[in-house]
Amino acid sequence: MADTKDPTGSSKAKWLVVAVPYLWSAIFFLAPFFIIVKISLSQTAIAMPPYMPQFKDLATAWDAVRQFSLDNYVFLTEDPLYIAAYLSSLRIALISTLLLLAVGYPIAYGMARAPKGVRNVLVMLVILPFWTSFLIRVYAWIGILKPEGLLTMLLQALHIFGPDQQLKIFNTETAVFIGIVYSYLPFMVLPLYAALEKMDHTLLEAAADLGCPPLQAFWKITFPLSLPGVVAGCFLCFIPIVGEFVIPDLLGGSGTLMIGKTLWAEFFNNRDWPVSSAVAVVLLIILVVPIVIFQNQQKKL
Amino acid sequence: MNKAVGPIKRKFAPWDDPAGVPFIRFENVTKRFGDFVAVDNLTLDIYEREFFSLLGPSGCGKTTLMRMLAGFENPTEGRILLDGKDLAGIPPYKRPVNMMFQSYALFPHMTVEANIAFGLKQDGMESDQINTRVAEMLRLVKLEKFAKRKPHQLSGGQRQRVALARSVAKRPKVLLLDEPLGALDKKLREETQFELMDLQIELGMTFLIVTHDQEEAMTVSDRIAVMNHGVIAQIGTPAEIYELPATRYVADFIGDINLIEGKVSAVSGTQLSLTSEGIGGVIDAEAAEGGDATVGLDACFAIRPEKVRISREAPPAGSHNVLEGEVWDIGYLGDISVYRVKLANGTIVKATVANMTRIVERPITWEDKVYLTWPRDAGIILTK
Ligand SMILES: Nc1ncnc2c1ncn2[C@@H]1O[C@H](COP(=O)(O)OP(=O)(O)OP(=O)(O)O)[C@@H](O)[C@H]1O
Ligand SMILES: [Mg+2]
Repeated sequence: MADTKDPTGSSKAKWLVVAVPYLWSAIFFLAPFFIIVKISLSQTAIAMPPYMPQFKDLATAWDAVRQFSLDNYVFLTEDPLYIAAYLSSLRIALISTLLLLAVGYPIAYGMARAPKGVRNVLVMLVILPFWTSFLIRVYAWIGILKPEGLLTMLLQALHIFGPDQQLKIFNTETAVFIGIVYSYLPFMVLPLYAALEKMDHTLLEAAADLGCPPLQAFWKITFPLSLPGVVAGCFLCFIPIVGEFVIPDLLGGSGTLMIGKTLWAEFFNNRDWPVSSAVAVVLLIILVVPIVIFQNQQKKL
Repeated sequence: MNKAVGPIKRKFAPWDDPAGVPFIRFENVTKRFGDFVAVDNLTLDIYEREFFSLLGPSGCGKTTLMRMLAGFENPTEGRILLDGKDLAGIPPYKRPVNMMFQSYALFPHMTVEANIAFGLKQDGMESDQINTRVAEMLRLVKLEKFAKRKPHQLSGGQRQRVALARSVAKRPKVLLLDEPLGALDKKLREETQFELMDLQIELGMTFLIVTHDQEEAMTVSDRIAVMNHGVIAQIGTPAEIYELPATRYVADFIGDINLIEGKVSAVSGTQLSLTSEGIGGVIDAEAAEGGDATVGLDACFAIRPEKVRISREAPPAGSHNVLEGEVWDIGYLGDISVYRVKLANGTIVKATVANMTRIVERPITWEDKVYLTWPRDAGIILTK
C-alpha cells in the first residue's frame, strides 16, 4: 500500500513545487500588471485616484469597461517626446551594457583564473558594495564628479588640470554612464564569473596542443563557452537600465532624456496616472518582446 | 640486453644500435609539485618511429611526464630534447607534439567534425584537404555517423574516439596518448590498437602511450617502461619485461606471477640456487639482470603460472625445481583452469592449465597432493 501511496504523494509535492513560482508571479506580477493596463486604458480625472472610470460594483462594471479607450497609447505616438525618451533610454542602456561587458569581462576572467582559495574572497568583494545603500553610493558619485568635486581636486593636485580648470562631466550622459557602470557591475561580473569559472582549463591546453596561441584560444574557446554568462549578464543589466530613474535623475541632469524620468514626471508632476501607466506598459512590451524572441531562438539551437 | 624471446612484431631495435640517436630524450628530469616529487631524476630515450608505452600504478607520474613533453609543465630540473633540440622555453602550441588528454578535453561547443578539424585549421590547411582528412579520421575511429554531433551527445567511448581522432589528425611527429582506449569495449579496442599500429607504420610517427591495459601494452609496444613513484623500474621489449623482470616490483606488476621467497644458497655464474623453509626442495634458476648474487641474500623465485606443470606423480626423489603441495582451489576460466596449490609453508602457487578437451571432470581435484615442476629457465631469481 505504501508503495502506491508514495508516488501520488510525491507527485502532489511536485505540483506544489511547480505551482509556487506561478502563484508568486500571478500575485506579484500579473495582478499589478493588469491593474496598470486597466489604468492605462482610462482617462485622467480630478478625483482620488485621479482617473476614471472606476469600478464601484458589479452592476456598473460593464459600463466602466465600455469607457476604456486606447487614447493614451495614441497620445504616446503623437508626442515626439515619448518616442525620443524611449530611444534615448534604449541607446543609453545599450552603450552602458557594452561598457559593462568591456569592464566586467576582464574582472570576471581574472577572478575565475585566480587561485581557488582567493576566488570566494573576490566574489565577496564584488558583492560588498551592496552592503551600503544604492542611493548613498550614487550620491557619493555626485561628490566625486561635480565641477568642484574630488576628481577635479585630484586632477588639479596632479597638475593635469590647471587651478581654474574644472571637470565638466557632472549632469551629462558621461556621468550617467559612469554611475550605471559602477552600480550594475556586480550584475555583469557574477554571471560571467559563473560561466568562466566552470570552464575546464584543459580545454585551453588542448587548444594550445593543437597549435593555437593563447589569444586565439581565448576567442575560439573561452569566449564562446562564456556566452551563456555574457547573455545572462547583458540581460540582467540591460533590462533594468532601460527603466533606470535614480542614476539619470541624480547624475544626468536635465539634459539626459530617459523613459524612467519621463514616467516619474508624468506620475508625480502631472499626476497623469493613465498616461504614465501607458508609458510603463509600452516599456514592458519593448523589453519583453525581444527577450521572448531571443529565448525561442535559443531553444531552437 | 638482447635476450628477447623469439621474434616479436617486426625487427626494429634502434635502442640496441650503439650509433642510434634518440628522438626524444628525457635527461635527468625531475618534476616537483611543492615538495612532492612526481618525477624523480628520470632519464629516458625514445627513438624515432618507436611505439613506446608507459605502464605504472595510478599516480606514478605518467601523465606528468607526457605533460612536460607537450609543454604544459616545465621540468623542475633536467632537460627534454626532441630531435636534438632542447624544448625548454618552447610553448606548447609550437611543439610538433600532439597529446590526447586523459580527460579527452573535447571542445563542448564544437561538433565532432569541428573538434577534429581544429588543429588542421590552426595550421592553415586548405578546406577541402581538411574535409578529406576529417573524413579519414572519422573512418579510423568509426564515427562517420556522428560527425555533426556535439560531444555531450556522445557516449564515453565515442568521446574517447573523438579525442583520439583529434590528436592523430595533425599527424604530428610525436603523438602522446594518455590512456587512449580505456573506455572502449574489448573488440573495438583491439581493432583500434591495430589501426593505430598501421597508422604509425604508415606515417612514421613516434608514439608515447600510457595504458593500464597490460595486454594492450604488450600488443602495440616496441618497448615498455614500467614506472613506480616517478622513477623507471625497467625498460624493455614486451617479452623482456614479461620474461625477464629485473625486480620484484616489475614482476609483480606485469601479468600474473608466483613469487616464492627464500634465500640464495649457492651461486655459480649467473645461476643461483634458492632454498626456503617448507617448500621441500632447492630451486635453481638464472639471476635477474643487475641483481646481487651473494649467498645468504634474501631473494625470490618468480615464475609465471602458465609455465608451472602440475602433476600427481612424484618426480624422482632429490630432484631440484619441484614444489610439493595440496590443491587449494580450482578456477575454471573457459580457455584455461587455474589451480591454486598451497605449499607446506602456506605459500599459494598458481598453475594454469589449458583446457584442451571439453571434459568437465579433471584428473586433479581439490585437496589432491600434487607436485609442481617447470622447464629449466622458466623462472627467474630476483634479488631486488
Ligand atoms: N598540478 C599538480 N599539483 C600537485 N600535484 C600534482 C599535480 N599534477 C600531478 N600531481 C601529482 O603527481 C603525481 C603524478 O601524477 P600523474 O597525473 O602524472 O599520475 P599518473 O601516473 O598519470 O596517474 P594515473 O594513472 O592515475 O593517470 C600524483 O601523485 C599527483 O597527485
Ligand atoms: Mg594519468
